[in-house]
Amino acid sequence: MLAENASIFYGAFRAVADVTLPVHERQITAIIGPSGCGKSTLLRAFNRMNDLVQSARVEGKILLDGDNIYAPDVDAVAVRRRVGMVFQRPNPFPKPIYDNVAYGVRLGNPRIPKPELDAIVEQSLRGAALWDEVKDKLKESGTALSGGQQQRLCIARAIAVQPDVLLMDEPCSALDPIATIKIEELMQTLKERYTIMIVTHNMQQAARASDYTVMMMMRPDRAGEMIEFDQTEQIFTNPRDKRTEDYVSGRFG
Amino acid sequence: MTATKHPNSLKRKTRLGEKLIQAFFFFCGFVSIFTTLGIVVALGSQALRFFGEPSINPIELITTTNWSPNIGEIGIWSLVTSTLITTFLALLVAIPLGLAAAIYLSEYATPKVRNTLKPILEILAGVPTVVYGYFALTFMTPLLRLIFGSDVVKIYNMASAGLVCGVMIIPLICSMSEDALRAVPRSLREGSFGLGATKLETSLRVVLPAALSGVIAAIVVGTSRAIGETMIMATAAGAGPNFTFNPFESAETMAGHIVRISGGDVDYNSIDYTSIFIVGLTLFLMTLALNFLSRYFVNKYREVYE
Ligand SMILES: Nc1ncnc2c1ncn2[C@@H]1O[C@H](COP(=O)(O)OP(=O)(O)OP(=O)(O)O)[C@@H](O)[C@H]1O
Ligand SMILES: [Mg+2]
Repeated sequence: MLAENASIFYGAFRAVADVTLPVHERQITAIIGPSGCGKSTLLRAFNRMNDLVQSARVEGKILLDGDNIYAPDVDAVAVRRRVGMVFQRPNPFPKPIYDNVAYGVRLGNPRIPKPELDAIVEQSLRGAALWDEVKDKLKESGTALSGGQQQRLCIARAIAVQPDVLLMDEPCSALDPIATIKIEELMQTLKERYTIMIVTHNMQQAARASDYTVMMMMRPDRAGEMIEFDQTEQIFTNPRDKRTEDYVSGRFG
Repeated sequence: MTATKHPNSLKRKTRLGEKLIQAFFFFCGFVSIFTTLGIVVALGSQALRFFGEPSINPIELITTTNWSPNIGEIGIWSLVTSTLITTFLALLVAIPLGLAAAIYLSEYATPKVRNTLKPILEILAGVPTVVYGYFALTFMTPLLRLIFGSDVVKIYNMASAGLVCGVMIIPLICSMSEDALRAVPRSLREGSFGLGATKLETSLRVVLPAALSGVIAAIVVGTSRAIGETMIMATAAGAGPNFTFNPFESAETMAGHIVRISGGDVDYNSIDYTSIFIVGLTLFLMTLALNFLSRYFVNKYREVYE
């Protein structure tokens, strides 16, 4: 995906200013920066989740395989099927685990034969490293799982529809360190097939888990801007911008 | 440690206000339970008196279909079927329309539209039912007669009363369901949209199931209103028991029967008078059964979110 001069507004307030960002395929791109600088806003622009906010508006372009997803003839629903999302707080549906994973698949293909669906559910749960923990209780509610399991269920649910891109907004912020490590390991296997963008407040996580890093910062007019984008190693060892250096070394923000 | 007492001592305090409030809440709960018991006792004792009459054979209550207690005919089915038919028709109108309106208000309407429509809806819920009764008689009945022919549709008929009763409970079902739908966390909707669901899919497959227990509660309250509805039935459904399954026939419902008898000048010792307690008791049992049924249903199908 590629953002070209993207600005995002809430009513008259410009929350994100003029971001141009190439997202590399089958790589993990982390977005970091202080609270309120527009990380979530930017991330949600990549699958048109901001459409759900009445006042939100996007200027500029965001391209998916060369097509602007904000072109007038583009269907936001179709975009979201190709660009999935995992949220900060795990939000499994209050349905059986099986139905959680099958949900998106059934939307796209209501008549899918049961064996085929079973296979997708198993494959997705395996993909999210959850299968062994839940294979005997697929009929139990997704909300009855632990927080870390719920978040992996949400990942399974997202990959079940086979998107091209996965957006993750602080997916580990509600999890303990062990569950966090699990998700990070999972991301490493997922990136073989998916392009991943992740917002995180955890500098070690960005350093450990991502290939590219976007550093955002708030301007004096409170609009968020991208101040640096580079390979993660570069950002953490040899940043070009002084503010990035201060931020990643924890002296700031 | 010094000997001076710390202002925030850990000693147990008696919080008088807390105690009083607790007692008050207990009292309120007790009153409602006591009232229910009182109703059962009042209905039950009169019912026993009724069954004590020599001309009455209790088993005929459910084995015969003519209701005319003064000549010993006590087939309550004629009153029950009419009540069930009008209630069924009312729900046929009120559940789809009420739910659709609720989904519209909670999922589709902009805040401005919602804030205008909801108060209007609540006013509609407050219209006296006698007004609906005359609406049934002067509008719905002529309309039905126009559509189906005046030889088919009686002047007083269950269809008209039932349909209008449905219109009456739309606001109730809508308003209660809307509250339940709106209480579903936003994060669930986002999860659904994030998987490429449309608004309709999200509303029907995620929001509605998550709000099911609230929606069922709304339907139960609506059903109870329809079962117990008196004025619309007394005005438009007919003024005599009639065992029929044809909604275009005139037939008196249980509630309608009770007001007609108790409103007329019957002798308090007559069998006609005590018979209405049997009807009342049956009505009470029906709503009770409805409540148990819905509780079972909710426990079985509800989807719990945090
Ligand atoms: N729905 C909204 N309506 C109006 N303004 C919003 C909305 N969501 C976010 N904003 C504003 O946009 C700016 C960026 O918010 P955003 O949530 O993108 O920040 P963030 O970088 O994700 O912060 P955090 O790290 O705390 O999650 C903030 O000033 C916020 O107040
Ligand atoms: Mg955020």
